[in-house]
Amino acid sequence: MVNLPAFPGAQRPARSYRTDADGVGIATYEWGNESDPPLFLVHGGSDFAGTYDVFAPIMAAAGYRVISWDHRGHGDSDHTALYGWDADIRDALTVMSSITTKAAPVVAHSKGGALMLQLADASPYRISKLVNIDGMPSKRRMPDAPDHDQTRMMAGEIAGWLDFRHEAALTHRKPGTLHELAARRGKMNPRLPIEWLEYLVTIGAREDDDGWRWKLDPTMRFGGFGPWRPEWTLLRMIALGMPFLGVIGTVDEPMGWGTRPRDLIPWVPRNGRLVAIPDVGHFVHIEKPNEVGQMILEFLS
Amino acid sequence: MNTSMPKTQQLVHNRVSLALHTLQTGSGTALLLLHGLGEHSPDTVPEVVSRWPGPIYALDFTGHGHSSVPAGGGYSCEILLADVDIALRHLGGACLLGRGIGAYIALLAAGARPELVYGAILMDGPGLAGGATHISAVTEIATAGERSGKTPDPWALIELSRDARPANYASTFARLSSTGANGVDPITVCCVVQPPWIVAINEEPGVVTGLSVEEALENYAARKNI
Repeated sequence: MVNLPAFPGAQRPARSYRTDADGVGIATYEWGNESDPPLFLVHGGSDFAGTYDVFAPIMAAAGYRVISWDHRGHGDSDHTALYGWDADIRDALTVMSSITTKAAPVVAHSKGGALMLQLADASPYRISKLVNIDGMPSKRRMPDAPDHDQTRMMAGEIAGWLDFRHEAALTHRKPGTLHELAARRGKMNPRLPIEWLEYLVTIGAREDDDGWRWKLDPTMRFGGFGPWRPEWTLLRMIALGMPFLGVIGTVDEPMGWGTRPRDLIPWVPRNGRLVAIPDVGHFVHIEKPNEVGQMILEFLS
Repeated sequence: MNTSMPKTQQLVHNRVSLALHTLQTGSGTALLLLHGLGEHSPDTVPEVVSRWPGPIYALDFTGHGHSSVPAGGGYSCEILLADVDIALRHLGGACLLGRGIGAYIALLAAGARPELVYGAILMDGPGLAGGATHISAVTEIATAGERSGKTPDPWALIELSRDARPANYASTFARLSSTGANGVDPITVCCVVQPPWIVAINEEPGVVTGLSVEEALENYAARKNI
């Protein structure tokens, strides 16, 4: 029997179950008392609900029924043939509707934050207060290259993505030891302690005969191309009417979006505010769970 | 005439099975038909392409016709582009004739794989326009209600009719299409309906307008090296 790593303050959810989202099984988790008011936590791309294992208990201890879920293709949710922005939002609505059809507060990180900005814009009656943790993309930073070179770069991106689609059905995640997987993730999360990353492996990966593998669907590919422009998210953000809190770190990271506070200030909604926390990276709530948790609790109250 | 070829082949695109129909066998440049949104491939050679001298194929997009229906939607035009890319690699290249959303996908394919698309003809049909070009205009999160698992997949109809098709995105693909080996007039727009993305590509070099579908087919069929 191997002792799996623990992490100070981390607690697995009190309840876990599956929610059916139009035939897609969504792994759903809860911390805190079922009778407490709901608070939804939404994770970012390539993450899973377990990345809230320190932050969620802080919210639960303050009197919330905290609900989170693994997005399709992530964690223990089903792998699907197709992935898309609207599909992720529909899955979110399905989970939220299984808890309440009334407006409820939402805390969302990174891609989850951008998804919730769209949901808040589309269905303002479903979100009472919105906290967005570094999920506010600004205009894409393009390299200093002439138009024809940028077009050529895009051609390379498209061809690479299409080539990957031919092989996607045959792809598998590379196995490794628990420590190796943590170290690999550390390249994308360089500011997070290895002990935390090893803890995440025990949740977001599974142990096969030949080693540990991340559960993230290998057919999903980081990056890609499409008509979506990051700045469209800001067009939604400024239109929001519910109380809004944007939280952003000031240190660039591989998983971060490179957004600067000055990029966002013109787009903060009238009923909102933006807080920039110095010397913190993309995973603000993981690096400073108590400080960020306290700030969010004050906002929610 | 090759009569041993099965009428319908199933191609693998990740977890989706794509139906590629052979409507006419023969040698020479293949013509690949791309249907409109909510439609499926024709069972026989349509009158409009009856004079095409080579083999004619038709592809059912994901969630349409005899292709499989994925659970829970997640459609995008880029996924349909990848459907076409699977078929193009299988065929070794083709001229594309796209109806409606198939026209937009034909444009994307011509830009993405200029070495495999010898010409793309864009014609009117369902799903030509796409969603609003200003993102804040489309907000409601649509639901499909009871699901049947049959084609056409309601999620395909909902998601693909809402997708934004910015003019500059379409123009980029038109530009990319002319960089291929067959880069002389690779795109012919035969649409009467002119949504903003078509208006934008009409201005790009290598995009021909003012021809009928039959004339466009004749032009591409007449090229010896395609």
